[in-house]
Amino acid sequence: MNLLKVENVSMIFGGLTAVKDFNLNLNQGEIVALIGPNGAEKTTSMLAVSGILKRNPGSVYFEGEDISSTEAHKLVKSGISQVPEGRGIFPNLTVLENLSLGAYLRNDREQIKKDRDWAMDLFPRLRERSGQIAGTLSGGELQMLSIARSLMARPKVLLMDEPSMGLAPIVVEEIFRIIKYLNKENNTTILLVEQNALMALLVSNRAYVLEVGTIINEGPSQDLRKDEAIQKAYLGI
Amino acid sequence: MKQKKTLLTVIAILVLFLGVFWADQTLDSYKMRILNLCAIYVVLGLSMNLINGFTGLFSLGHAGFMAVGAYTTAILTMPDVVKGQNFFMVPMMKPLDTMHVPFFLALLIGGIFAGVVGYLIGAPALRLRGDYLAIATLGFAEIIRVVFTNLQSITNGALGLKGIPESSNIWWTFGVAMVTVLFIGSLINSSYGRAFKAIREDEIAAESMGISLFKHKVLAFTIGAFFAGVGGGLLGSLMGTIDPLMFRFFLTFNILLIIILGGMGSITGTIISAFIITIGTEALRFLDESMTIGNLVIPGISGLRMVVFSALLMIVVLFFNRGIMGTNEFTWDRLFAKFGKKPLVKGGNKQ
Amino acid sequence: MMDISTFFQHLTNGISLGSLYALVAIGYTMVYGTLRLINFAHGDVFMMTTYFAFYGVATFMLPWYVSFILAIILTAALGMLLEIGAYRPLRDAPKISIMISAIGASFLLENLAVVLFGGRPKAFPTVNLLMDSIQLGSVSIQKLTFVIPVVTILFLVGLLYLINHTKTGMAMRAVAKDYETAGIMGVNVNKTISQTFAIGSMLAAVGGIMWGLKFPQIAPLMGVMPGLKAFIAAVIGGIGNIKGAVIGGFILGIGEIMIVAFLPSLSGYRDAFAFIFLIVILLFKPTGITGEKIAEKV
Repeated sequence: MNLLKVENVSMIFGGLTAVKDFNLNLNQGEIVALIGPNGAEKTTSMLAVSGILKRNPGSVYFEGEDISSTEAHKLVKSGISQVPEGRGIFPNLTVLENLSLGAYLRNDREQIKKDRDWAMDLFPRLRERSGQIAGTLSGGELQMLSIARSLMARPKVLLMDEPSMGLAPIVVEEIFRIIKYLNKENNTTILLVEQNALMALLVSNRAYVLEVGTIINEGPSQDLRKDEAIQKAYLGI
Repeated sequence: MKQKKTLLTVIAILVLFLGVFWADQTLDSYKMRILNLCAIYVVLGLSMNLINGFTGLFSLGHAGFMAVGAYTTAILTMPDVVKGQNFFMVPMMKPLDTMHVPFFLALLIGGIFAGVVGYLIGAPALRLRGDYLAIATLGFAEIIRVVFTNLQSITNGALGLKGIPESSNIWWTFGVAMVTVLFIGSLINSSYGRAFKAIREDEIAAESMGISLFKHKVLAFTIGAFFAGVGGGLLGSLMGTIDPLMFRFFLTFNILLIIILGGMGSITGTIISAFIITIGTEALRFLDESMTIGNLVIPGISGLRMVVFSALLMIVVLFFNRGIMGTNEFTWDRLFAKFGKKPLVKGGNKQ
Repeated sequence: MMDISTFFQHLTNGISLGSLYALVAIGYTMVYGTLRLINFAHGDVFMMTTYFAFYGVATFMLPWYVSFILAIILTAALGMLLEIGAYRPLRDAPKISIMISAIGASFLLENLAVVLFGGRPKAFPTVNLLMDSIQLGSVSIQKLTFVIPVVTILFLVGLLYLINHTKTGMAMRAVAKDYETAGIMGVNVNKTISQTFAIGSMLAAVGGIMWGLKFPQIAPLMGVMPGLKAFIAAVIGGIGNIKGAVIGGFILGIGEIMIVAFLPSLSGYRDAFAFIFLIVILLFKPTGITGEKIAEKV
């Protein structure tokens, strides 16, 4: 079932076209990756989908409904949760408070508590630090917190923007293991924007390649991994 | 060619000269006073625009510099007898009570003192960023005002100074305004001016290009303070009386309004809006007083004029962010471009 | 030297004044923490409260407690209106624009007050039971002088509870740090900012009423100096930090009274002291007493 459909979106800033004719599909249960070099405006595209930047022109549909002009903060209600670039953790709140913020729109206190426990089971390190001010956490822990927080909204779709950014390789592996787990065991549908093409192609079902604002390639990740051009450009082969 | 442009500028100045001459002969004293005020506000507006508009420093202390200039000029130009009459509560400090210099010198010294104060304030304050600079400068201006209110033997405290010789006439005000325009204009077009604008746009980039942030900020601040002092001196000698209450934040607000309306990076804009605001203030005076239309008397409400001005400021900042001119200037090139002639540059191409 | 009873009187006056500054300072610090804006109009909002209270009693013949409560509610509404009209449209504009808008709003309120209420001072309603004095040993102190800090502390405790232990408070703290991300979490940023203004204005209103009780002459420009001083208090304490605002308020209030008490010849410079405090703090520790060192942004 198609959950997210991005149709012919272009992003134009003051006369400069950053993204051109961006088309993307995301189906239930998939992990779809958006890869490309730095400066490919991957994050711009993500922000277009998430509604933080206005899309002009083009449309975005979620579960068939047009969310092109929906404001970012209403998307959570619709079922789209985000793990923003740079984590977006509030350093002045505790780990627990950050988690609770993820469930901001929910009112079912009992269930929220259960979900919090589940999240902390998933990320035991967060349980250890639950009362700590989030500003004291390490990069990897912040990323885990960000992911856990976004899950608190019980989203239908998770938008993850550059989760590996700034993290040590061993931590990156753990994060991607978690992403795979969430998809397999929890059936979370994920749209992943990543600079680390290898990891992204290993973990995703399908991928789009974005270069200089346009999609130059797309298809099953397995096939893209074997594509020579991609191997040369992104996989260091 | 450059010579043609200089010629045009000289002609323009001559035209202005003739205009001032005509005004002096023809217009009544009320209108003359307004014109004088316009010119003084051009000087004040430009002095503030240099700091806030061109260098991008949010300084709210302008009234302080004006106070320094106004009091200095007044003290140096008042005749001894008048001084004696003013300082009836506490005698004036010697040797100020017999000090006396020609008007031009008094203005200059007033400006220099104000500049020195600007330097003293700027040196510490300009290390602060944005909002903090604003309140620090506001604080300094208030300190100056409170100090002046208390230095009974120098400034006559809250009583103020009355009977300042009205040495300002149309020639002085327009003359000083002209000098200010030319000076600040050439400063802006020099390498200093470019440095100021670079600092306004992006401090970090400016610094990495080798521009000493601090040195240039202090320079802009001090020069701005100098002209504010001169403007203050002119103002005092136009009005004839000054007192500390004149130099409250409200005065800074007025000038701020002028430079925002005109466009914070434009000399031309400041000149235009100085005239508009000054004339407008007079024109809107009727709002404060009663109006008689036919047989109907509409009572005036004191303060309505200021409500209009405050609302005007809000509207400009909410909707017309860039002011009248934005950062544009009136130049001969633009004028000719508008009329389709080729610009007067060396080897200009046919348009 | 001064005898102990006079000292005690000065101290209690200082604490009272400090409380008033603290209440108004909280509003400044909350708004700055959220929008990085110096709400120049805050002091004038404080002034409007006293007029609302005045007209409530004088024109509408309401009992003082009703009038006061209404005045507080109206002021909270005024604060929210101010945000919607003067600040929200400029949220993404260059910082200087919103500051100018604040200055404009301040002057607009002051002059509107002159036009609507007249420039001549009016007498704030008196509440007799607070005017009586209590005897403490050889010293006689107005009940009001004690009531003010007590009321302040009560409101402060309530506010801190709200900020630190409720969902609304958490949203406010999140929005203050990063309103975009807060929005992604589903927080209604506009509503949260409105709430911030409402609470800040409400506290200023409480301060305004108590100010009116203590200094019964009200005038359109009465909010200017206290507003500036309250802002300075917020800066001294560490702008953006509520506890800091309170600390700053007390430092300023007690300091102002004490300096004038010990050096009466300098009483004319009373207002300048706050500004001198400000300059000193800005030069040596700009982030204030509770502030952290801000790293140079590169």
